Amino acid sequence: MNRIVKKQILNPSVTLMEVEAPLIARKAEPGQFIILRVDEDGERIPLTVGGYDREKGTVTIMFQIVGATTEKLNHLNEGDMIHDFVGPLGRATHTEGLKKVAVVGGGVGCAIAYPVTKKLYEQGCEVHAIVGFRNRDLVILEKEFEASSTKLLRMSDDGSWGEKGLVTDALRKLIESGEKYDEVITIGPLIMMKFVAKLTREFGIRTIASMNPIMIDGTGMCGGCRLTVGGKTRFACVDGPEFDAHEIDFDEAMARGTTYRDFERHAYETTCNLFREVH
Amino acid sequence: MPNMSMQKAPMPSQDPVVRSGNFQEVALGYSLETALEESRRCLQCKHRPCVSGCPVHIQIPDFIHAVSEGDFEKAYQIIHQDSSLPAVCGRVCPQESQCEGKCVRGIKGEPVGIGRLERFVADWHAEHTQEKPQKPQSNGHRVAVVGSGPSGLTCAGDLAKKGYEVTVYEALHLAGGVLVYGIPEFRLPKDIVRKEIEGLKDLGVRIETNVVIGRTLTIDELMQDLGFEAVFIGSGAGLPKFMSIPGENLKGVYSANEFLTRINLMKAYRDGSDTPIQHGKKVAVVGGGNVAMDAARCARRLGAEVTVVYRRTEAELPARREEVEHAMEEGIVFHFLTNPVSIAGNEQGWVSSIRCQKMELGEPDASGRRRPVAVEGSEEEIDVDCVIMALGTSPNPLIKSTTEGLETQKWGGIVVEEDTGRTSREGVYAGGDAVTGAATVILAMGAGKTAAAAIDEYLQAKA
Repeated sequence: MNRIVKKQILNPSVTLMEVEAPLIARKAEPGQFIILRVDEDGERIPLTVGGYDREKGTVTIMFQIVGATTEKLNHLNEGDMIHDFVGPLGRATHTEGLKKVAVVGGGVGCAIAYPVTKKLYEQGCEVHAIVGFRNRDLVILEKEFEASSTKLLRMSDDGSWGEKGLVTDALRKLIESGEKYDEVITIGPLIMMKFVAKLTREFGIRTIASMNPIMIDGTGMCGGCRLTVGGKTRFACVDGPEFDAHEIDFDEAMARGTTYRDFERHAYETTCNLFREVH
Repeated sequence: MPNMSMQKAPMPSQDPVVRSGNFQEVALGYSLETALEESRRCLQCKHRPCVSGCPVHIQIPDFIHAVSEGDFEKAYQIIHQDSSLPAVCGRVCPQESQCEGKCVRGIKGEPVGIGRLERFVADWHAEHTQEKPQKPQSNGHRVAVVGSGPSGLTCAGDLAKKGYEVTVYEALHLAGGVLVYGIPEFRLPKDIVRKEIEGLKDLGVRIETNVVIGRTLTIDELMQDLGFEAVFIGSGAGLPKFMSIPGENLKGVYSANEFLTRINLMKAYRDGSDTPIQHGKKVAVVGGGNVAMDAARCARRLGAEVTVVYRRTEAELPARREEVEHAMEEGIVFHFLTNPVSIAGNEQGWVSSIRCQKMELGEPDASGRRRPVAVEGSEEEIDVDCVIMALGTSPNPLIKSTTEGLETQKWGGIVVEEDTGRTSREGVYAGGDAVTGAATVILAMGAGKTAAAAIDEYLQAKA
């Protein structure tokens, strides 16, 4: 059982929670994830580490309310307990030796992109953060990104925040204007990462994508999180979750990601009061 | 006068048609009368061949003698001296190749139903004895056990009985390892596993769930920071193997581990469960081991027509005979000498069929089994909407990659000294599937027991 010490609504569909987990806080690094269960008999869901405080012994998670489990999690408040909380799982983002990096985040993926951005920035790396949202209401962590990047590019689909356009448009402009990156790190929707990878392949820039596939145990037992990377089957939980974006079969990952979409929609509708019949 | 019937007293079981629609236990267990009758088939041989066939050396003739005298609690105590999990072993051990395989009565008929009697005794004890075991006096030494599957629990139990303070670390949210995530409810009710684990807690064993050794803590931290004097690694089998054939990552292709974990550990078989699982209409299970049988029988219970695809013949099936027979009775169809070559999908990316090749048996391979060879031009297509790969596992890399100086085999298994379980690191022992690759519950228990004895000897010599 792990206590929620802070809850903050970042936007109407994304919530931040700081959770007491001293053993995990001691070791967690950007790029790693935790698995939690909200209650007894609950589903196990992976969430990427959004931050950690080694002294306080807390780990921060940020999640989008997309299904029954995240809906239930969002009902918990400060002081409540999360039934199970395990980690840190997966490999940490490799940041050593990087001098100039573009971090490309999209939507709730920015929650994961932020700790990497911060770590790179703190180690003296020149960081260009390109973050995109559908519209201004969905923006999260703007101040945090601003404080932890050399350059921040704001993008939105409808132009209601920053510049109108896709993150790939902004990245292309930077590259074409002569910026030379050691690496591009991209975290967000699969379709966005696919196109970031396509763009950087053109320019031969090494690119890392953080994958968030379906997962159960997260420790290398079930094989549910498998991906095809460079033609080989790899497991996001122990080999990842970050892989060379130029090698990932994104189309396959997108198809596999929809395996339980109907089930999840149904479960969400039976959990969420909005969909409940009024008697 | 012994009972000279050539046959074992039959095991009452749920009707195949009924049970293929539910997840309740298949075998119902001996009645008191049947147990007494079966116990009298034991000849109480002086040379006790059955004991040598048992990986944990249960004093089998003695417990059966106690049963024949109607002293079931005494029978339980005899078993419990050597086995920490009698109710589990009585259900899932492959007795036919172990104790019962050596039974003298088996020469001219069926062996004594040792497993069935063990199960009877364990269940009788659970039902009739409220008394909790006495927690032994602590000897002040602390040992950590990694993994709460059969090897870890056995090692923990044996050490606790000797007075060691044992902490078991489990990565999942529930203790039991393969006994809870792998073996289905209808073969091993989870309530029984829970009771066996409660028994260990009564002996003073502490169980810490949600701790992944190799991530949350390392072996070195257990020994240096947390003060454990010895560690036993029983972390189990690991990553599932796939065939590397086209279509293997389509929606509807599962590893047996994922399929079984969703059903067993995450309780997807219950109505209203939060865990999604595909209820396939036509399912192909690839493989012929016990895990394949478990997956096939689970899929059947979720309402599917199930085909097992196995590349050798019925005679080479590695699964226990009883499991194969149960599967056949439940209407599962077997395609022998058949091997998948590709999986096809529909427009939405779901599995639509599996393409297989006929095989024939050639020369024996390294394992001594005749190697299957493809027959040219023999491909056939089976329409399915779900494929479950039950091809075994390769060891989990987490501990190996975070423990310096821990020697492993090329394929990843931890190297140990066979009669002690000692690894290349001082004070670190290992056993079970992490050492051998996928094997049986009882072999893992045997390894846990061996390591417990070696750890005791090591710490006593050091003290």
